[in-house]
This record gives sequence, structure tokens and C-alpha cells, in this order.
Amino acid sequence: MKALAARRHHRSAPVVLLLLALLLTGAVYAIAQPASADAAQAAASESDVAAGQKLFQANCATCHGVSAEGREAVDGGAGGPSLIGVGAAAVDFQVGTGRMPAQMNGAQIQAKPVQFDDEQIAQLAAYVASLGAGPSIPSEEQVDPSKGDAANGMALFRTNCAMCHNAVGAGGALSQGKWAPALTDTTPTHIYEAMLTGPQSMPVFNDANITPDEKRDIIAYLDEQRDGSPGGLTLGSLGPVGEGLWAWVVGIGLLIGASVWIGAKSS
Amino acid sequence: MSTHHDPSTDVTTRGDGALPERFDDPGLHEHRARVGDSDPKANKRAERQVVVLFTISILGTIGAIVAYALVPPGETVGTMRLSNLLLGLGLFLGLAGIGLAAVHWAKALMNDHERAEDRHPTASSDSVRVKAVEALREGAKDSAIGRRGVLKGAMVTSLALFPLAIAVPLVGNLGGGWDVSQSKRTMWRRGTRLTIDPSGRPIKASDVTIGSAFHVIPEGLEETEHPLNEKAKAVVLMVRMDPRDIKSEQGEGWSYDGILAFSKICTHVGCPVALYEQQTHHILCPCHQSTFDAADGAKVVFGPAHRPLPQLPITVDDEGYLVAQSGFDSPIGPSFWERLT
Repeated sequence: MKALAARRHHRSAPVVLLLLALLLTGAVYAIAQPASADAAQAAASESDVAAGQKLFQANCATCHGVSAEGREAVDGGAGGPSLIGVGAAAVDFQVGTGRMPAQMNGAQIQAKPVQFDDEQIAQLAAYVASLGAGPSIPSEEQVDPSKGDAANGMALFRTNCAMCHNAVGAGGALSQGKWAPALTDTTPTHIYEAMLTGPQSMPVFNDANITPDEKRDIIAYLDEQRDGSPGGLTLGSLGPVGEGLWAWVVGIGLLIGASVWIGAKSS
Repeated sequence: MSTHHDPSTDVTTRGDGALPERFDDPGLHEHRARVGDSDPKANKRAERQVVVLFTISILGTIGAIVAYALVPPGETVGTMRLSNLLLGLGLFLGLAGIGLAAVHWAKALMNDHERAEDRHPTASSDSVRVKAVEALREGAKDSAIGRRGVLKGAMVTSLALFPLAIAVPLVGNLGGGWDVSQSKRTMWRRGTRLTIDPSGRPIKASDVTIGSAFHVIPEGLEETEHPLNEKAKAVVLMVRMDPRDIKSEQGEGWSYDGILAFSKICTHVGCPVALYEQQTHHILCPCHQSTFDAADGAKVVFGPAHRPLPQLPITVDDEGYLVAQSGFDSPIGPSFWERLT
């Protein structure tokens, strides 16, 4: 501490401090940035049901039961809901975003690197879809952002989604450690499937509530947000937290630097 | 901090331990000449630096005008961003160049000899103050304000009344907000259909699947005189859960087959509370984290809110559409209005 104290009056101390603050900001931002969820679309085919059943029994039956009937969590062991009637869309979303198979307990199941390839996901989806009628995977056309009306999508997103997912889909906090994930890297198909099936804390938005066309409008709105903001850096679109950090660290730092320079005598 | 005192710098331990009566004015410290004061080359260099800074400002200003002319904002985010960036950079260089040049000029080229200016008392001299008091006293005597009581009353009244000419129109123009009872009623009546926000489609009970959350406005909202005012009071969050999960309701038979409708205005300070977690049946307010349990009569389970979200009693009409049984039973919004009833 003594060495630090001796150097704090050094003329370059404000500059060094400012650089350290900038470095810290950058590092925090790099860590806080959400990992990209790489997901692929899969088309279901009925001939895959048998292969899907084998995959299911090897990878999913521990929690969801051997015939997907669901299992209660006993003595801290793993348990999972029944998958009869959840449909191919739920499987494609949960497995396609890496949320399933789940690897650890926590406030909520997290997206992580996808464990299966497109064909295996399609086989699993075909098997679960064969157990009972449920929402199916949307077609390419249903999720094509270029066919949607982004302005109407914004009105719908604001009413139905923005309270949890943030006005531009940057994500947000829920209660007791749960959170609504950012939608910046979610594929259009997965966005559609999430609305249709209501994974985890998210409510279901069925086709009577938000029609297929309106779902595509929402996807178009979210797609527009990926171009960034015309105003420049979005700073995470998190409002006062990110913007305040920059104003206080960078803005005030520059002001302090300028006043130190103006006050210092010329050498 | 060191505990070892150095007697030569520590005033309290000097000599007999007593503080000196007065500290002597240490005066200005010795003037240190700049390199540029003795070296003409360095002086010339500083001058060139100032010229360069002014040139940067000139180029920045020209750049901003050129950018305005050649790079319009256009239609896409990319072009808007480029236009903003170039305009901003030009403005920044234009102003920062002038500022930096002026400061550098003053610091490196202008006279930098230290100067001290003494402070003087700001009060006027005693004779001037005595004269002023005398003039005031004479004026008061001349106006005879002490004797003429009616005149004094008229003056005080006119002065006191004048601010009303500004205050009355100012307060009056606040609008028709004086009818407090307006804030107690919402659009919901017996038989008002529940419709989807913002499209206004009526909702069939059979369309509300378990786990759903519908954002609801009353039918006919857009036809009212002030749709936004009505919407601000009447918005409703409607959810459906397994009827076996419902622990309690605010009134007997107010839900329909697991479908529950609650006011979306937080009872704390009136934020729209709509973060519905379908697994826990919790409704979370994003402003201050008040949490309501939709399965238990919207009871407050966490946070600063003091009473449950008012429940809207619902049922279905002949065609199977969801309708209100009546308006809200308790006042919606911040608990303030409840105290007025």
C-alpha cells in the first residue's frame, strides 16, 4: 500500500486509473455477454420414431420415465414432467437450444451447447410427437422474418413479451434467481416454438392468443433489433445500468482528466 | 499511515508544544520557468502545436458539413449509424480542437507568472449604510403608512391577491382531473367481454389453454372518449392454471374453469405488473419486485405492495366468450385510492 500511496500523486496516475477503469468495463462486458446458442432446425419424419425412442430411453428416461410418462423427484433425485402431448415443437426447442438434457439443478435450466445433431433432434421430436397430439415444429415460411410486419410485432411484443424479455429482447430478471433470457441470438424457429409451448417460467401463447401471423410479426420485430441501434452502441440495451456505468466511469473520468490537465502547469 | 512522527514537519510537537499565535504567510512559491521561456525552439514548437489543434478543429467542422451533405441518414440502421458517427466525430473534433488549442495556448505561450489578488470586505462603508437606513426611514415617514390604516390594508390585499391571477388558470388547466370518483371506476361492467390487447379480439374460454397468459382489455375500449385513460385503469392479466392448483380466490365462483383475471396495475405504486411465471403462478412487478401468488387470490408473497391485485370476476356468455360478472370489487391501483372510499 505504501508504494501505491507514494505513486498516487504521479502525473500519469489519472491516465493510468482511467485506462484501468476502461479495461475493467471491457472485461465485465465480455464476461456478461450472453453465449450464443447455436441451434439448428430439424424436420420431423415418422420413420425416425423408432430411432427417437432408443435415443429417448438412453438420454431422457432417467427423469421423464421410460415411456415419457414423467417422474416425481424422489429424495433429491431427478424428476421431470410427462412429455405426452407436449409435441415436436417442445422437443425441438428444449433439445435444440441445449436446455435438455439438463445437466444440473438450479433456479432454471440453462441453454448450453447442443448435445445432439439435427437428425437426432428430429428423431427425438418424432418419437415424442408420436406419443400424443401437440404443437408441431413451424415451417420455414411461418418463421420467415422478411414476411412479418415488424411494426405490428413491436405492439405485440410490448404488450406480451417486453415486461420479462426487455423492450428490445435483451432479457431480464424474474423472481428467486430465475430470469428471462436474451432473444438476441435465438433462432426464429426457437422463438416461435417458445411462444407455442411456454418453456419453464414462460406462459403459453397459443394460436388463439397470438395468431401464427402475429407470431411471425414478433419474429420480424426481434430480427430488426439485431441490426443494432441507429444511435450507436446499445450498451446492452439495459437502460440506466449500462448507460450509467459509461457516464460515470468514462464520462466523468474524461472530465476529471481534462480538469487535471487544465490545472497542471506547463513544463 | 506511519506512527513515527517527524518533528521537523509536525506542528503539534514542535518546541514547547504550543501553537504559534499566527502562521506567517508563506507567499508564492518560487517561479519555475518553462522550457519554452528560455528555448525559442520549444516556444515555436508549442505555437505549432496550437496551430495544429486549431487546424484539427477547422477540418472537423468542414468534415461535419461534408458528412451532412454527402452521408444522409438513409433508411437502414447501418446508414443512420454512419451518418450519426460522422456528424458526431466532426462536431467533436470541431469543438475539442478549439478547446484544446485555447488551453494549450494559455498554458504554454501566455505569461505564466503567479499573481496574488487580495480579498477585500464586500460591505459598504459605515457612512453609506447609515445614509441608506436614513433614506428608507424618511420614505416610510413621508408615505405615512403608520397612520393611514385603510391605505395599508388596500396595499397588502392587492399584493396578496395578485399571485392568484397566475395560480388559478395554472391549476385550472390541469384538466378534468378533479372528479376523484373517476379513478375509482373502470370500464368493466356486468357482461363486458374480455378482448385481446391490442387487437381487440374477444376470447373464447376454450381457447385459453392451461399455462396461458392473456393480456386483456375490455371490449369497446377504442370507442371511448379517452381510450388511453380507460386502458390505464382497465388492463387485466388473465391466466389459466389447473383448477386443482387454485388455493383460494377473492370471491366464490370468480374464476372460470381455472381461468383467473387480475388487474394489471400494481397495488404498490401502479406499475403494470405482468411478469407471470406459469410454473410458480407468481406475478412479479418489475418496478419494486412485489410478487403476487395468482393461485392464492393474488396474495402478496414478497415486496412492498400491501394488498392483493384486485380480481375481476369472470364467466362465459351464451356464445362461449369470456365476460366480466361485474366490475372490480376493490379499487384498482395504488392503495391510496382505497383510503378515499
